[in-house]
Amino acid sequence: METLFFLIISFVAIISAILVVTCKNPINSALSLIMTFFCLATYYVMLDAPFMAAVQVMVYAGAIMVLMVFTIMLLNIRVDASKKHSHKIVFSSIIGFFTFVNLAYVLFKSRVAVPTGPYSADMIKQVGHTELIGKEMFTNFLLPFEITSILLLVAIVGAVILAKKKI
Amino acid sequence: MENLNSYLIVSAVLFSIGTIGVLTRKNAIVIFMCIELMLNAVNLTFVAFSRYLGNLDGQVFVFFIMTVAAAEAAVGLALFIAFFNNKDSIDVTDANLMKW
Repeated sequence: METLFFLIISFVAIISAILVVTCKNPINSALSLIMTFFCLATYYVMLDAPFMAAVQVMVYAGAIMVLMVFTIMLLNIRVDASKKHSHKIVFSSIIGFFTFVNLAYVLFKSRVAVPTGPYSADMIKQVGHTELIGKEMFTNFLLPFEITSILLLVAIVGAVILAKKKI
Repeated sequence: MENLNSYLIVSAVLFSIGTIGVLTRKNAIVIFMCIELMLNAVNLTFVAFSRYLGNLDGQVFVFFIMTVAAAEAAVGLALFIAFFNNKDSIDVTDANLMKW
């Protein structure tokens, strides 16, 4: 049952990912990308990571994609039929194919270490995923967390300065 | 939970599609969306490995990647708007001022 569900979700994710690349209108690409993000959120739920799924839906499918769709509509780009929309398709497809072969080869041939960490599925269900993530983030990853806040501050200032009328 | 390899193969497929999109498309916003797709493929790998190894470090990393992606979206889209104001187009082929 779960295998069938996994296959359906994979099918939807890959088809919508292909649509992101092939759609002529950027709005359609953005909507397909939102579909892919929802599929990835489903994967996270299947991987016992419900907090990551919630963040995926809220931050990616919510905030980032709304910002992107908003920009596409704000710019009001004319879809010019005479102009070519893509270039070097054969060359790029070859590179993409080799990327895939390379990744698949490395992922299948490499040996993954045996499970070592303390976080089993039962423990995650018992304690709660959010609590475990929070504990991890505010103890072992406190310095990266603080650096992230500085990064966000820089991004805010940068976006405001770049969006001004005269740079 | 499915086995690890099926997640990895989906992630590899998504990453390759994102690569093809970055290389073929001309619209800067679509290229940006393909980069987001690649980031998400990597996120899936992180979560799958983290779950498989019973270690939450990978999921915390996914959290940081999402933060960086949000910052990147804000700055990148502001850049696109500035580019569009100057060139009246969003195609990457029009950014050819330094082309030899």
